[in-house]
Amino acid sequence: MTTATVSRWDRFRESFFWYSFKRDKVAILSSLVLLLMVLAAIFAPWLAPTDPYDLAQINIMDSELPPVGLDGADAAFPLGTDAQGRDLLSTILYGTRVSLLIGFGAVLLQGALGILFGLLAGYLGGKVDAVLMRIADVQLSFSTLMVAIIVGAVFKASFGNLMFGEIAIYMLIFIIGVAEWPQIARTVRASVLAEKKKEYVDAAKVMGFGTGRIMFRHILPNTLSPIFVIATVQIANAIISEAALSFLGLGMPETQPSLGSLIKSGFDYIQSGSWWITLIPGLVLVVLVLVINLLGDWLRDVMNPRLYKG
Amino acid sequence: MLAFLVQRISQALLVMFVISVIAFAIQDGLGDPLQQMVGMSVSQQERDAIREDLGLNDPLPVQYLRFAGNAIQGDLGDSYFYSKPTLDVILEHLPATLELVIGASLIIIVFSVPIGVYSAIRPQAWLSKFFMGVSTVGISIPVFLTAIVLIQLFSIGVTVDWFPSDTGWGQWLNGALSTDGGLPSYGRGEELTHLFGTWESGFFSSGGLMHLILPAVSLASIMLPLFIRLIRAEMMEVLQSDYIRYARAKGLSAGRINFLHALKNTMLPVITVGGVQIGIMVAYTILTETVFQWPGVGLMFLEAITRSDIPLIVAYLMVVGLIFVITNTVVDLVYGLVNPTVKLTGKKA
Repeated sequence: MTTATVSRWDRFRESFFWYSFKRDKVAILSSLVLLLMVLAAIFAPWLAPTDPYDLAQINIMDSELPPVGLDGADAAFPLGTDAQGRDLLSTILYGTRVSLLIGFGAVLLQGALGILFGLLAGYLGGKVDAVLMRIADVQLSFSTLMVAIIVGAVFKASFGNLMFGEIAIYMLIFIIGVAEWPQIARTVRASVLAEKKKEYVDAAKVMGFGTGRIMFRHILPNTLSPIFVIATVQIANAIISEAALSFLGLGMPETQPSLGSLIKSGFDYIQSGSWWITLIPGLVLVVLVLVINLLGDWLRDVMNPRLYKG
Repeated sequence: MLAFLVQRISQALLVMFVISVIAFAIQDGLGDPLQQMVGMSVSQQERDAIREDLGLNDPLPVQYLRFAGNAIQGDLGDSYFYSKPTLDVILEHLPATLELVIGASLIIIVFSVPIGVYSAIRPQAWLSKFFMGVSTVGISIPVFLTAIVLIQLFSIGVTVDWFPSDTGWGQWLNGALSTDGGLPSYGRGEELTHLFGTWESGFFSSGGLMHLILPAVSLASIMLPLFIRLIRAEMMEVLQSDYIRYARAKGLSAGRINFLHALKNTMLPVITVGGVQIGIMVAYTILTETVFQWPGVGLMFLEAITRSDIPLIVAYLMVVGLIFVITNTVVDLVYGLVNPTVKLTGKKA
């Protein structure tokens, strides 16, 4: 039975989704750039000239070399080196990997929390809804960054520097995931409220399906497209939050740098003229976040034009 | 109206209660106060005596009530590092942060209203498209990165020598692309004017204002795109409404319609969102103050974390929580006052 696969591919090629993608130069360009960055991050161990985690490959005599094209550059280090003598290209590749990992991980966590709480609040209504949405409101009014900074500060103070550094990736995924779940929960709740009035839900109830089954098997698939849109934007937000936390010293340690901690370690040397250590990772971060945001804008227009304005 | 007032205020009190429980849990869970107070040589009996004396053996609810009672009276304990009441430390640092937020808010208001209105009136003009493009890019740049770029451009300075300097246009291009730098990027400077209490103001001297420029612009940069988009979206919606069409049919001038009739109704939602956003700016002040070593509460909080100064961390949480709760409640109440269609009693839809 090859017809099923062929027809699915054909259906995709004839879909409005693919049609509008082909027509949007910005969307094509951003997805290409994003794909390139994700691939570069995944294959960083094979692409990077040196391993920034391996102390044996670092020579302190190579520190603060400028990128190729400036006076005093070394061809072995195309983007220059940082203050510890690590090759900047390699640290950026590995750093993008860490940033993307935390971004995706945090969005997976907040997606799980947001979908669960959003479904419960929207479908059960009443007291559950009131309590969950109140918590979400309060948390949002404090701004997710503030919540993340506070949770990060408490964790750091209770685990101590060394311990925190070792488990920083998991900590950051947890902190950002917990800080930002209300965004997704609200979106899910809004679409659940619209879905649960529809006849198929009544039909499922009449057939005697359990609440859990109706929520996850029947309603959830119909709320996926707004979740998808907001999750895309949330990846960009999570990457910025991670960079902000790392910049404040509440995130990844310098031995295992993310883009944010690279910017932080470079900032200490900007006054001595070594601008590349901080500005090149910064540029990579901005491009990464920008293409994700542009893709998110495009997805929103295609999938759900009435999701939010502005 | 009274029911609305009571409901909002009781909600604010509930939120404050939760914040205080969290703050108490942090204080209780992080570190043993005894270890901070006494040396190694103190015997176990003495330790037990001090422990009993401080009430650390009391049940947790009793300890919480003592904590909350002290907090209401403005006593949030002493900072380990500064060895004085934490509230005094915060009050010393608060004016710097407030001036930073005021400076940034002024920049936001001055730029966002004209740009937002312009791009709503002429959505197809290339200048509006340019502003919209810049604001998309602006949202993607984290505030600390904007700050670093500003420091590089206007504090350190950039010298461009890509173009041949023996030609007139080369020299001109090199000169146009280079920046002098020289703006201060560290702290608030020396020329501060004493206003009252702990308020040392940088608003009244050129030195103080110069120090304010880069931090305030950085802080404004994160909110400015948001406000431009918000004003544009609201204004475009208002321009579609019937009363604007009627005013046009009546033959009123475009300027009068846009700025007198439309702008008034645009600003209502903008002010409420703005009020909440200014509270959110507190989070971004932590980043901005770190970059510029601005001696405000954000930098103080971060230093408290590195020093494990737990009473100061807890006090910061309580104070910032209070600021958030007050702004949000006031914004809610103001919105309820100016917009009577808001469900006053908060009944479910």
